[in-house]
Amino acid sequence: MQAVIKADKLSKHFGHFTAVNEISFEVAPGEIFGFLGANGAGKTTAMRMLCGLSIPTSGTATVAGFDVYKQTEEIKKNIGYMSQKFSLYEDLTVLENIRFYGGIYGLSDRDLQQKSETLITRLNLQNEAKKLVGSLPLGWKQKLSFSVAVLHEPKIVFLDEPTGGVDPVTRRQFWDLIYEVADRGITVFVTTHYMDEAEYCNRVSIMVDGSIEALDTPPKLKQQFSANSMDEVFYELARGAKRSE
Amino acid sequence: MKQFFSFVKKEFYHIWRDKRTMFILLGMPVVQIVIFGFALTNEVKNSQIAILDNAKDEASSTIITQLDASKYFEIRQNLHSYPEIEKAFEAGKIKMAIVFPQNFSEDLHHLNKAQIQLVADASDPNVANILTNYATAIIGDYQRRINTNNVLPYTIDTETRMLYNPQLKGAYNFVPGVMAMVLLLVCTMMTAITIVKEKEMGTMEIMLVSPMKPIMVIIAKAVPYLLLSIINIASILLLSVYVLEVPINGSIVLLVFESILFTLVSLSLGLLISTGAESQQTAMFISLVALFLPTVMLSGFMFPVENMPLPLRIISNIVPAKWYYSIVKSVMIKGLGLKVIWKETLILAGMMLFFLTLAIRKFKIRLA
Repeated sequence: MQAVIKADKLSKHFGHFTAVNEISFEVAPGEIFGFLGANGAGKTTAMRMLCGLSIPTSGTATVAGFDVYKQTEEIKKNIGYMSQKFSLYEDLTVLENIRFYGGIYGLSDRDLQQKSETLITRLNLQNEAKKLVGSLPLGWKQKLSFSVAVLHEPKIVFLDEPTGGVDPVTRRQFWDLIYEVADRGITVFVTTHYMDEAEYCNRVSIMVDGSIEALDTPPKLKQQFSANSMDEVFYELARGAKRSE
Repeated sequence: MKQFFSFVKKEFYHIWRDKRTMFILLGMPVVQIVIFGFALTNEVKNSQIAILDNAKDEASSTIITQLDASKYFEIRQNLHSYPEIEKAFEAGKIKMAIVFPQNFSEDLHHLNKAQIQLVADASDPNVANILTNYATAIIGDYQRRINTNNVLPYTIDTETRMLYNPQLKGAYNFVPGVMAMVLLLVCTMMTAITIVKEKEMGTMEIMLVSPMKPIMVIIAKAVPYLLLSIINIASILLLSVYVLEVPINGSIVLLVFESILFTLVSLSLGLLISTGAESQQTAMFISLVALFLPTVMLSGFMFPVENMPLPLRIISNIVPAKWYYSIVKSVMIKGLGLKVIWKETLILAGMMLFFLTLAIRKFKIRLA
């Protein structure tokens, strides 16, 4: 199967500082790929390169078949993105937010109409559709934010610590949404701090000091590090880190 | 194009939902024009004065009546001795005291020479100057009247014509100034703040990951404020014509065109500020300190630039409002055309290009 993200010795330097050091990996279509690492390990920089926000210093990578150096515009059309900062407009209603994000991805009015209905029904927001997003609880906002990020049916959706500050029940519901999306064939590329979430991923990579130190399915990683949980695996690797905040 | 309109629509929602800000943006020019027009004026009217009349004769009382009858003065107190003059000034009640010596009429008619003392509060030098001038003129009037029979051997009559503003209305000066201030404030500060807000909220990142081009994001941000500014230009012009009775002597098309040009300069400045500022407070602070103050101080609106020391005069050239202010005065008050203001227009256009290029370049650097 053709990989949807392919990185080969991808690096990013800022002056003398090597933020990302020759990382190589592949992600298959429909896969849920966990991208783990301590703060400052280089996750965000790597993700920004894959999203076309930052030009790599060296190495090669393709996202949805497009080159990260030259075809960033094509990449942007084929990905969705949800940042760790909550990214909907609080002073717009639920519907207006949906229409706006659909609009900037160039969805037609008919598509937009139909998709926003489906989305609102799926999230049970019928009564809130015309309310300002600012009045919703954080968990709902995050689910909405995620649904909006995949509104235009991208090939890949990048999630940057999407569940920060949310209670476990809502997180579980959030992951149900992620599975639904993956079943539709959308690849999910997710960074997280929560190790229980790492267990939900198909495969997980762990970055330490700019390099990928481990990459496999959660069961195999646990086996490899003879650990009981992903938490222990992560701790084992992150302990050796020189960079930390 | 559809992307672009979705974005512009969203910007309008932001403005519309934030009623307080919208009210300020649209109400500010109206309030400023009204305040400047009716409350803050540097015309001197109804100044309180005191009289120490030691003569109490026919000539002194005629002059006093005339002073009191003029719209410039209002006699507040009649004093009885010199020490009272100082007390009256100390109490802050009067701006000027007028002293008639004893035997005023007699001196005038028999010695052909009499004196009146004008004592003015020069802690505000301009007002003191204006008041003594008014008083001298009124006294001069009286003198000419009693001299009608005696023909002076040589006389020079000065005939003054106040061009462009025959009634010496302050409004002719501040309407252009208020236009510059309002446009600058609305465009620069609001654009800077809204863009920085998107950065703070993290929504800017989402924009950058979307297929929407950064330049489109920037333009879409600016469009609603351009429209707001056009409304403001219209309301200022309507108020000044119909309420303050300041005419638009030149071409209104040219005036609106120049105002839009200045708006674009302000918008580019706002964009430039937004690329540098990380928080809304910083953006607001930079807009106020770096733009608003120089505009008030150095545009020639409050203080004439010609009288400033050389360094300030040089600095004033980089204040966009200075050029716009001079354009509005030329077009609106003097009724001049593009032939006279092409230089200022070019300078504004140059500034706009410069700021915009800089802003877009800085915006791109941030992405890499």
